[in-house]
Amino acid sequence: MANMSLKKVAMPEQDPNVRNKNFEEVALGYTKEMAMEEAARCLNCKNKPCVGGCPVNVPIPAFIEKVAAGDFEGAYEVITTENALPAICGRVCPQENQCEGKCVRGIKGEPVGIGRMERFVADWHMANAKETEVNIEKNGMKVAVVGCGPAGITCAGELIKKGYDVTVFEALHKPGGVLSYGIPEFRLPKDLVAKEIESVQKLGVDIETNVIVGRSITIDELMEDGYKAVFVGSGAGLPRFLNIPGENHLGVYSANEFLTRVNLMKGYKFPECPTPVKVGKKVAVVGAGNVAMDAARTAKRLGAEEVYIVYRRSEEEAPARLEELHHAKEEGIIFKFLNNPAAIKADENGWVSSMEVIKQELGEPDASGRRSPQPIEGSNYDLDVDTVIIAIGQSPNPLIRHTTPGLDTQKWGGIIVNEETMETSKDGVYAGGDTVTGAATVILAMGAGKKAAAAIDQKLQGK
Amino acid sequence: MQIPCIIKRRYFKKEVYVVYKIVKKQTLNQAVELMEIHAPYVARKCEPGQFIIIRVDEDGERVPLTIADYDREKETVTIIYQVVGYTTELLSKKAEGDYVQDFVGPLGQPAPLHKCDRVIGVAGGVGAAPLYPQLRKLAKMGVPVDVIIGGKSAEFVILKELFEEFCDNVYIATDDGSLGTKGFVTTVLEDQIKAGVKYDEVIAIGPLIMMKNVVKITKEYDIPTMVSLNPIMIDGTGMCGGCRVNIGGETKFACVDGPDFDGFKVNFDECMQRQGMFREEEHECRIGRGM
Repeated sequence: MANMSLKKVAMPEQDPNVRNKNFEEVALGYTKEMAMEEAARCLNCKNKPCVGGCPVNVPIPAFIEKVAAGDFEGAYEVITTENALPAICGRVCPQENQCEGKCVRGIKGEPVGIGRMERFVADWHMANAKETEVNIEKNGMKVAVVGCGPAGITCAGELIKKGYDVTVFEALHKPGGVLSYGIPEFRLPKDLVAKEIESVQKLGVDIETNVIVGRSITIDELMEDGYKAVFVGSGAGLPRFLNIPGENHLGVYSANEFLTRVNLMKGYKFPECPTPVKVGKKVAVVGAGNVAMDAARTAKRLGAEEVYIVYRRSEEEAPARLEELHHAKEEGIIFKFLNNPAAIKADENGWVSSMEVIKQELGEPDASGRRSPQPIEGSNYDLDVDTVIIAIGQSPNPLIRHTTPGLDTQKWGGIIVNEETMETSKDGVYAGGDTVTGAATVILAMGAGKKAAAAIDQKLQGK
Repeated sequence: MQIPCIIKRRYFKKEVYVVYKIVKKQTLNQAVELMEIHAPYVARKCEPGQFIIIRVDEDGERVPLTIADYDREKETVTIIYQVVGYTTELLSKKAEGDYVQDFVGPLGQPAPLHKCDRVIGVAGGVGAAPLYPQLRKLAKMGVPVDVIIGGKSAEFVILKELFEEFCDNVYIATDDGSLGTKGFVTTVLEDQIKAGVKYDEVIAIGPLIMMKNVVKITKEYDIPTMVSLNPIMIDGTGMCGGCRVNIGGETKFACVDGPDFDGFKVNFDECMQRQGMFREEEHECRIGRGM
């Protein structure tokens, strides 16, 4: 008998006023009982709209059925037929726009908590599963993967299972890409990222850190070295700035710099870890995507008294996941919607002293389909802040396109691919993830990595 | 939690694990040391002007250092560093035969060196290190080169003998007059120009204030001048944007657009201000970790 409750089984969370002072995970995860109770809300409907909403097509009702029956390892096996990183996706996917957004139960009441169950199943597996030997028959061909983020890891994981020798080249000293340097510990614990990466390494994937493709070695050199195909999943690492006066003042960070200092370099443990991060008393984060929420909530945890989100559109247009917006509000982040920064002002020593902001009103929809903000003349005011974090997006790093002849790219830098196969204009070179789409989501990047792996296999096997 | 270090580092074309071994260590003076480190990926491709990022130990800072020399055969890269802060002190504790955690590069653009009639290099302190491969390459290209090396006192003048191998003239300036001219490198430079020596280009590498003062003079005589900037950065690949510098009113990232820039266009005052962003923390880190 289905559980007909209109609401999801509530997710236990740390109290907002406790958690906004620590870096422990915010959402604590379901218990066995909660997961089984939530699983009973799934109607196992015929046309499974949720599966179509998932970029990697996880057989959602099939795994939920196993959860409902208490067969959590079985559920894990079902998920991992399609998704190599369930513990991560269960935490960071924008489910409301994907699987859960399509759920029939969402028409009246809340959709089934698919993300929460996915997370539970992955965590249960990590805590309880026994190691299993995997025997993969090697086919003697080697493939290179550029970038050890979600797209690269997924592509590597798929290819190794098909018998290829796979080497992933990572520019930083630690694998994981945005999962390591970008998303904070309280949203995605780093030991969990490590375990997911380790599971791919156990299948035989080699990860070479400290290799910057485009500098340490080029794609052409990889091909000469005998790699039959190269997958580029180098992400969107180049931070955008506002191009307003004062952006080089002391106390202005890109979100990338701020989050990298805290996450990758463990700035929150300074001086035990020697990379410092300076957070003032009053912080303005510009932008309202997931990265902006991460930066704001991190600043709060590092001791900032007032943290503002300054966004030129309204809440409706904010690109962050609903849960992130909700968590940020609970934690005391102050939202300044319809406010656009005009200039950053500094004191006599060059440190940020305030940010000049112009209030906005919404006009006609723009190219993105969102109503475009228009400045309200004469509404300028100074927001009293001493730190500004710019979180208005990233573009692909130009290193690879500058050093790879024959690789066609968009004007804004994205690599152009055939969307069916992820093939680029250069023979044997595939690409996917943020380097193709511009900053998007972990799961979309994983979907692209998977698609490319299938296409690479087809090409190399002459299918 | 740490991501475990079971990461393979297998070098291009060879089944050799890359570990960054210190194959040579040398003390140049009481504050400056030289290390030659086995780093095949960097040694194979690097060019004068480029830099590397080093991390001494797990959890360590990422510190950019300009490449002082390289040996493609031995697959080693030489760095010369001043022991000034927490991380360089930690590095200084390492001995020959030890390893560093991470060593990545080459980063940045190679220096834009081109053929001309005469170039003079101006080095302040440890700036002589990155200047050395640039002038040597110019000399190999057949360009006559001179150099001015500056330091607090005789002891702080480094690489003099190495420059003498290919420079027509090696001038020295020390603050206390213990070697060469008593005074600044800028004084020596201006004397040469006034004496009628024709330079097509000046390459100045050293403290920001020195480079700023060199540019003040070369602007006056209209001699194109390249400077090398070394701002605070984390990744060195264009990701953090911490190294942004103002070049002719435009924001550039020193890590990907530089580190060498047209000295006439650099906003040195802003560079100096940004350099000090974490000064208090540098201090606190040393106290916090008992150094």
